[in-house]
This record gives sequence, C-alpha cells and structure tokens, in this order.
Amino acid sequence: MNDKVTLMKGNEALAMAAIRYGADGYFGYPITPQSEVLEKLEEEMPWETTGMVVLQAESEVAAINMVYAGASCGKAVMTSTSSPGFSLMQEGMSYMAASEVPALVINVMRGGPGLGTIHPSQADYFQACKGGGHGDYRMVVLAPASVQEMADFVGLGWDLAFKYRCVSMILADGLIGQMMEKVVLPEQRPRRTDEEVERQCPWAVTGRTGMRPKNIITSLELDDDIMEANNLRFQATYRLIEQNEVRYETVDTEGCDYLIVAFGSMARIAMKTMELAAQEGIKVGLLRPITLWPFPYKEIAQVAAGVKGILVPELSAGQMIEDVKLAVECKVPVEHTGRMGGNVPTPEEVLDALKNQLIK
Amino acid sequence: MKSEIIIAGFGGQGVLSMGKILAYSGLMEDKEVSWLPSYGPEQRGGTANVTVILSDERISSPILNAYDIVVALNQQSLDKFESKVKPGGILIYDSYGIHQPPTRTDITCHRIDATEATFEMNNSKTYNMIVLGAVLKSSPMVSIESVLKGLKKTLPERHWHLLPLNEEALNKGAQLIKD
Repeated sequence: MNDKVTLMKGNEALAMAAIRYGADGYFGYPITPQSEVLEKLEEEMPWETTGMVVLQAESEVAAINMVYAGASCGKAVMTSTSSPGFSLMQEGMSYMAASEVPALVINVMRGGPGLGTIHPSQADYFQACKGGGHGDYRMVVLAPASVQEMADFVGLGWDLAFKYRCVSMILADGLIGQMMEKVVLPEQRPRRTDEEVERQCPWAVTGRTGMRPKNIITSLELDDDIMEANNLRFQATYRLIEQNEVRYETVDTEGCDYLIVAFGSMARIAMKTMELAAQEGIKVGLLRPITLWPFPYKEIAQVAAGVKGILVPELSAGQMIEDVKLAVECKVPVEHTGRMGGNVPTPEEVLDALKNQLIK
Repeated sequence: MKSEIIIAGFGGQGVLSMGKILAYSGLMEDKEVSWLPSYGPEQRGGTANVTVILSDERISSPILNAYDIVVALNQQSLDKFESKVKPGGILIYDSYGIHQPPTRTDITCHRIDATEATFEMNNSKTYNMIVLGAVLKSSPMVSIESVLKGLKKTLPERHWHLLPLNEEALNKGAQLIKD
C-alpha cells in the first residue's frame, strides 16, 4: 500500500490541504456540516509547526472581516462555513472583490432556505455564481466531486486568487464534506516569508512603506468616474479568467444519446445512473463543470450538438440548469430533476427522470 | 469485485465506527473505498447508518438505493432496509428485540445473536466487532488480518492492548453464522 494514501473526510482534507499549502491563517465559526474543518485544524495545531493562525471568531461576520484584513496584507487566508453562515458573509465578499484582495472561502452547502437542515444541498449555486453580495463582481467557484478534489482545490483556489487578485470559492456540499475516501495530500510547503509576500503582492499593506508609495486597501470610492474605471478593471480581469480558467470533466460523452450535466456530489450519483442506464442499453454521457464560474458554456454546447436531450440533476429546484440552457440556446431539450431541503436523489430516481422527461 | 454495504442501527451501537474499520480494512488491501454516514444532530439514541463501498474500480455514487449486504441492528433498520437488499444479496440482523423477522426468500438471511454474544464475552463494547466478524464470515470481502492492520493504524498506541480482544470478538462473530 502507498503510504501517502490516507482515508479522511472531505472536511478534514480541506483542513490538511490548507496547512500543507503553507497557509497563513484560518478564521471561522463552526456550523454543521463543515465543523470538522475547524476541528481538524485545532487538532493539528499548525501554529506550533508552520506558524499558521487558526482562530474561532465570534461570528461569521467577524470571520469574513478577519479574512478581508489578512488578505489585505497579502497573506494566504481562508474561512469555511455552510449556507446560513455564507449568507452572513456576503458584505465581506463584495468588499473583498471591490478591494481586489485574494482569499479562499469555502461553503459546504446544506439544505435551505433559512436555517434549514444540516443535510446536503446545492441550492447556493445562484448565490455563489451570480453574486450573493451587491455590485458587479465575480469569484472563481470550484466544485469538488471527491475528497481528493477537496484537497486539490484548496491549493488551486489560492493560486487562482493570487494570480487574479480575486476571491476563490470552493462550493461543496454536506455529502462531499462528510464522506471518507482515499486521498493523497500535497507535500508540505513552507509559509512565504515577509519578503516573498512583498514580492508577490506589491499592492499589499505590509506595514513598512520605506521608499514606496503608500498602499491603501479600500472599497470606497466616491468619484463616479474613478469607480467606473475600477469596475472596468474588474471586468477585464473577469474576462481573462473566463478565457483561461474554465475547467470541466467529461465521461463517456463520445457518441452518447443523452447528456447529464451535474456538479459535485450530484455528478457522482449521476455516474451510477450512467452504469444503470448502460445495463438497459441507454447511452448516457456526463459533463461535470468543475468551475461553476467561469462556466463551461462553449464546451457544453459542443457536446450538446450530438445528443437528443440533456438532464440537469441538482440538489435544488433548478439553478445551474439556467446556465446549461444559455449554453445550448434552446437547440436541445433541457430538463431538470432534483431534491431539496437536504434530501438526495438515488441513482435510480435520476434514471427514472431521464426516462420520463426525455426518452418518454 | 465490488461490495456495496449499509450498516444500520441505533446511535451508540458503534455503527459508524464499524463502517470506518471496514473502510480502513479495504484501504489496507489497496481497494477503492467510500464511507458515507447519515449524520444527524443526535450523537446517541437516534438511528444511525453508514454506507460503505469497497471496490477494485473507481467508485461512482457513494449513496445507493440497493445493497449487496444489509446489516440491520434493530427492528426499525430491518423494516427500512430489508427491501433494499439486491436479489441474491445478504441480510444480517441481530435477533435482539426483533419481533418481525424478515420475510424475503430471494436473499440469504442470517439471524445472529450478537447482543447475547456480548453478554458471553462480558463486554458490551465488543458488539460492533462481533457483528463485523459475522459480516466477514458471510462475505469475506477483506481478510481478518487487514481488519487488525486497519485497527492498528487507526487506534492510538495506548489502545493497542485491546487488539487481541477485538480479534476474539471478530472470531466470536464469525461463529454466529450458521452454514
């Protein structure tokens, strides 16, 4: 057995990957189904090894503003929460986007709206991808479908955040957070030195101005023309991200009659649906968006060109389906199926939906 | 080779940790594994179940509707999951407190007296290892050696003196399966 392979929960993998990345700080407030992130960090005590700060804030509002502050200093900082907690963080999200600071935010979604349930959901898709806070902003949204991807996307999320000076989000759900699978963690990297932070983030507030002009991090700009210029700069960055960072996976899409577009845990369930469909001679392919923003519009349109219909199973009333419809421009029938409030459909239920709604 | 298993019972019976030990045993044999709990706000006394999949290939859905093996440790779980055993599959249930035994004839049903066996061993904490012993006797998806290796890997060293007791419980459980 490979010694590097371990078994852990998705939430624990997030915590371990953060330490291994050389993160500077975690600020969070516990909420099911992601409390193991903070628990694992407290158990590992990285402040004694890498020097990473781990802090349980007094609320989600406090946590996101601590992240805002750490990010303004060019530090690799993060928070994690679940749906109701993420709603509380929206002001901070908008401020961070406007201030162009890099940060990693994780939402392990649970059934809503309101306080809702503690079981898996994907109903925060709109909030994550269309802007939960105010103003014209975007963030990179990564949707892991395995414990390995939970670990991998921590590093990827921070890399993209620093590259584009934006917020990256990992949008997981209770199922991926709570399940245990095999995982290989990344190698331990040292935390960046102060000099490295200053080199990588010349815009950051580092406390020593020396000969350089002052760096000011703010989202306030009362001059409309300057604020519009800021917006144009944000939009230019977003176009660049759309060009460069679309990620997706396809499974058996070659020559398939029907296509399933699903993300996260729903994509895993759909893969079982494909096995069941194959036993009945129905050829079903899967396209799994890995980045929910930027969304793989072009890639879906290409695969859709050869299919009779598309099913979009989601743990919601149907949110990503709107983007799938935009992608295929009404050229192919697109149907939704799903459960809500923390319930999860079985692979058989998804197959029934495919048959009843598309094959008929 | 793929085994799709659900273990269901009361919180506190060791359902989740039994699943965990099974998953670790699979890891010891380089299998693909998934472990998915039905997590709830209650820690004890409520119903708990865990889905474990061991496979030689990539695992698709960690959540299932039909199982090769169902382990039901109380009446509620038996009622809920008897119909979810695949035809030709295995149903293992603890006889303790069961007033309505299973009725299906297209599956193999093993009634085990696991709760009683804990009385004989004079240790109620051995319960889940007795059940696991019975499961592995009826379907040897991993070896007892791998279970012990997995246990050793997950238990802190101060608990290693309990390994022989666990082995004894596994063997006790295996004897509960009548051919």
